[in-house]
Amino acid sequence: MDTLGHLAHGFAVAFTPTNLLWCLVGTTLGTAIGVLPGLGPALTIALLLPITYQVVPEASFILFAGIYYGAMYGGSTTSILLNTPGESATIVTALEGNRMARSGRGGAALATSAIGSFVAGTLGTMGVAFLAPTVVKYAIKFGPAEYFSLMVLAFITVSAVLGSSSVRGLTSLFAGFVIGMIGVDLQTGQPRFTFGTAELLDGVDVIIVAVGLFAVGETLYMASRRYAGKDEIVPLKGSLYMTAAEWARSWKPWLRGAAIGFPIGALPAGGAEIPTFLSYAVEKKLSKHKEEFGTVGAIEGVAGPEAANNASAAGVLVPMLTLGLPTSATAAIMLSAFQSYGINPGPLLLTTQANLVWGLIASLFIANIILVVLNLPLIGLWVRLLKIPAPQLYAGILVFATVGTYGISQSPIDLVILYLLGAAGFLMRRFDFPTAPVIIGMILGPLAETQFRRAMTIANGDWTVFYRHPLSLTLLALAFLGLVGPHIWAWIQQRRRRGPEHVPGDA
Amino acid sequence: MLNRRNFLAGTAAAGAAAIAALHLTPAFAQDTPQLQIFVPAAPGGGWDQTARAIDQVLRSEKLISGSQITNVGGAGGTVGLPQFVNQWKGKGNSLMVAGMVMVGAIIANKAANNLTEVTPIARLTGEFEALVVPAESPFKTATDFVAALKADPSKVPVAGGSAGGSDHILFGLIAKTAGVPAANLSYVPFAGGGEALSALLGNQVAAGISGYGEFSEQVKAGALRLLAISADKRQEGIDAPTLKEAGIDVELFNWRGVFAPPGISDDDKAAMIKLVETMAKSDAWATECKNRNWTPILLTGDDYAKFVTEDTARIGAILKDLGLA
Repeated sequence: MDTLGHLAHGFAVAFTPTNLLWCLVGTTLGTAIGVLPGLGPALTIALLLPITYQVVPEASFILFAGIYYGAMYGGSTTSILLNTPGESATIVTALEGNRMARSGRGGAALATSAIGSFVAGTLGTMGVAFLAPTVVKYAIKFGPAEYFSLMVLAFITVSAVLGSSSVRGLTSLFAGFVIGMIGVDLQTGQPRFTFGTAELLDGVDVIIVAVGLFAVGETLYMASRRYAGKDEIVPLKGSLYMTAAEWARSWKPWLRGAAIGFPIGALPAGGAEIPTFLSYAVEKKLSKHKEEFGTVGAIEGVAGPEAANNASAAGVLVPMLTLGLPTSATAAIMLSAFQSYGINPGPLLLTTQANLVWGLIASLFIANIILVVLNLPLIGLWVRLLKIPAPQLYAGILVFATVGTYGISQSPIDLVILYLLGAAGFLMRRFDFPTAPVIIGMILGPLAETQFRRAMTIANGDWTVFYRHPLSLTLLALAFLGLVGPHIWAWIQQRRRRGPEHVPGDA
Repeated sequence: MLNRRNFLAGTAAAGAAAIAALHLTPAFAQDTPQLQIFVPAAPGGGWDQTARAIDQVLRSEKLISGSQITNVGGAGGTVGLPQFVNQWKGKGNSLMVAGMVMVGAIIANKAANNLTEVTPIARLTGEFEALVVPAESPFKTATDFVAALKADPSKVPVAGGSAGGSDHILFGLIAKTAGVPAANLSYVPFAGGGEALSALLGNQVAAGISGYGEFSEQVKAGALRLLAISADKRQEGIDAPTLKEAGIDVELFNWRGVFAPPGISDDDKAAMIKLVETMAKSDAWATECKNRNWTPILLTGDDYAKFVTEDTARIGAILKDLGLA
């Protein structure tokens, strides 16, 4: 196969000075919009669509690809430092990343996410270049029944983030389901939980929920504790970047994250959030430092999900470039940019527009390098944010969260929702309910519901589809194994030691 | 290749987007008017692309000095419509892009405002729909499809866009003509074209209905078989009959057009119709339409108003049959 030849040609396209400049502009812009909670890559590219009237296709796609990858890098920065996720794919990063930042290892968290993004982004882009036709063949075999089984598996594995009390965790999870149900039901076109408000018909944006619960809730909690104790600014501990031990703990999660993220990203309905949940769950399970999860912050919990979201961003390009299937909002907008050039993206894209496609793939490799070069030195600057005294810092977060939320759709209703959720986040924090399951429920719940109902419609109400399809059955078996496996394992261990032993905190 | 001026224009646009600013274009002629375009949808979708194409063509034809595009998205346009009706009232230099999707959304969402409150200017484009099946499907013609539908509609799951959208409406109309009760249909809605396409390519559904542009490349590549299109007549370069030719008396365009706000003067209305007409007859507009698979179906003023009323009645009836209104 002459993939390498094509790729070499692609690099020739991407390595012209103007195209390199477009790549630089794109990655810089992407990092900036990734940092802002409201502005995502889809909206930015949409606003930039008129550029397609001015420049050649290669240049604009290189720009767009830079923005797309850049946003995935930038989104993690605010998650880690301010507990304010910039993108839905970096919500999980905030869980451990922010804990690390507060225990003085913010620099390491940023470094592992930047390098992990680079590693996974590069692996993912290699996947696009070399495996795309194979991967896509399996990806379209995924029907609604398979997706539903995948969701079941995801639900089982994410129980890892439910926290110490499963009653509280499940309460949060179900609260997330309810928020996720708000809006017009896709299957029937009927509004649910909208209370006659037109703005709620499209549902509540997951970013608003994450920012409200994490950032606003946290700010209110801090404000309420202001005079209860001494204000402390955690000094940066150890080196600015990662220590040798942190490198050793990061590299496996990067690779595992990439392995989870790329195939799920390539699934037409996979998305970027689910692989981050799965990666987090896997890392928590495998880590030798379980006690750091949710306390001082475990670096594996940052490295894995960050790698997973970048690899899934690459995965999304697989169906787009091989079949012309837009499987994310950003991909859909990029496809409409193809159309303004009179190029119809479809299964023949790779053959009819080889220059464009391989130039794009090559520029993704370059974008990855530019991004890591751009982001590593910035870490020193970013961590200084944490030296700002708490009142000013939290006031800043509040402004940032408010402006960003307003930026999503310029709707005042969104701000009302943000502050209501902020109040809820405060109460949850006060009464020790975990907030992460809300987000997970909100994303997974409606997806599982939609796929379940689709599967039922197609199968004409026949339940057996979930185990008649081999892929679906495999996923369900994995989920079952995930559920009972640890118990059986524990039982075997117990028998071997010939005596019951209680392992506290072990699931 | 890229020249310096183009590059500067590009970076200026990049900067503008970075601060989420509106798309402002510099005025290069003082005697031509400035236009305000209201898009009741988020950037990137069909209405937004229509607005940006209008802006592009009007400027390149030197008919306006520039335009400002405002996006207020949500709920099929029913979030933006009240704002256009109330806050843009009497503004003679303004246009709103809307279309069939909004007609459906107004009915399904029981919206407080509707399109009789704004001033119809022109219907500009339409996208006809396509009925496709996976390449391995036993259905060779639209007649086969309808026969299977008549035999047992529950065995013929059809993929398309969101419930109550144009794809669902067309499916309802086809079933109605064939005498199959709309309530018995097995319609599988997908949020985006990509997901519906992958369900078809993966052979998970019996057929698919969506805008022809969504399927055209897969049809050319032989991955999908095109059974019929919903246009009024055969289309150049498309090897498939219309639904009418296939014996299904249905014609449907997912149309898009422009409306002025309520309360504008008759002079403003006439001037606006003339402006849009001149644009729609230009070569630049024809090129835009061709690139984007839009069929130009120009209809202006009172004829357009009449068409909107009729289409509202037709859509209302079929949504009721489908149990959505």
